[in-house]
Amino acid sequence: MFSRTVFSRTVRQTAFSAIRPAATPVGPSPFSLSLAVQRRLLSDAVRQAIDKAVASAPVVLFMKGTPETPQCGFSRASIQVLGLQGVNPDKFAAYNVLEDQDLRQGIKEYSDWPTIPQLYVDKEFVGGCDIVISMHQNGELAKLLEDKGVVVREGEQAEGEKRE
Amino acid sequence: MAQPSISEDSLRAALTERLKATHVEIQDMSGGCGQAFTSLVVSPEFAGKNSLKRHRLVNAALKEEISAIHAWSAKCQTPEEYEKEMAATGGHDKPPLDGTEGGKVAGVSE
Repeated sequence: MFSRTVFSRTVRQTAFSAIRPAATPVGPSPFSLSLAVQRRLLSDAVRQAIDKAVASAPVVLFMKGTPETPQCGFSRASIQVLGLQGVNPDKFAAYNVLEDQDLRQGIKEYSDWPTIPQLYVDKEFVGGCDIVISMHQNGELAKLLEDKGVVVREGEQAEGEKRE
Repeated sequence: MAQPSISEDSLRAALTERLKATHVEIQDMSGGCGQAFTSLVVSPEFAGKNSLKRHRLVNAALKEEISAIHAWSAKCQTPEEYEKEMAATGGHDKPPLDGTEGGKVAGVSE
């Protein structure tokens, strides 16, 4: 049985370690490519793991570092904006690309986007830091997040019991 | 494969040529290392495109250059939007510096 690639998900309160498979799967490749080229292509396993990550919450940020300790100014700015927009922590997941080279390289090919951070809302790629901030400034981001129902409203409890 | 030479001038030239940009401002935000740039790109080609599509246009035009540097930010406007913002801000439409500290990229660069 192959073990599946799972990227660790960093949520606001807890971080748990990933279950990592052993390196790259061995076996004959369907393509006759050099090993170096193979490594650069997005492998099925990594693609599937990213599919899972993108679908793991309505709002997903691929960033450097964690929401508590961002490791780059652009990632920090993006987290700050999401906080300002009142994104419900229960509907948010962050993935630290610095923890995982497969993710760090793979997400760039997956999204066809050269930089990190990368924001996904409802499994759709929204953009990087500069796009997120400009959407925040012109109101587009607020509208998107409200339309998707991921914002904490006043009087509503973000965590714990859900009221009927 | 030779690395493209990345400089403010070369980026400006590439954008002007490949995107018919009418106004381009490039700012080095790596403290002079030529490894991180932020830009303001004004081009009529952005008309009718949302933010993401505009950025993808820029990314495609500068694919090799961006892949060779550590960080890239852009503000993409049509000529009309540029004029409007210049008027509204008294001439202060500039490349975005959000995420930087004093105009320099902070934190892990690679």
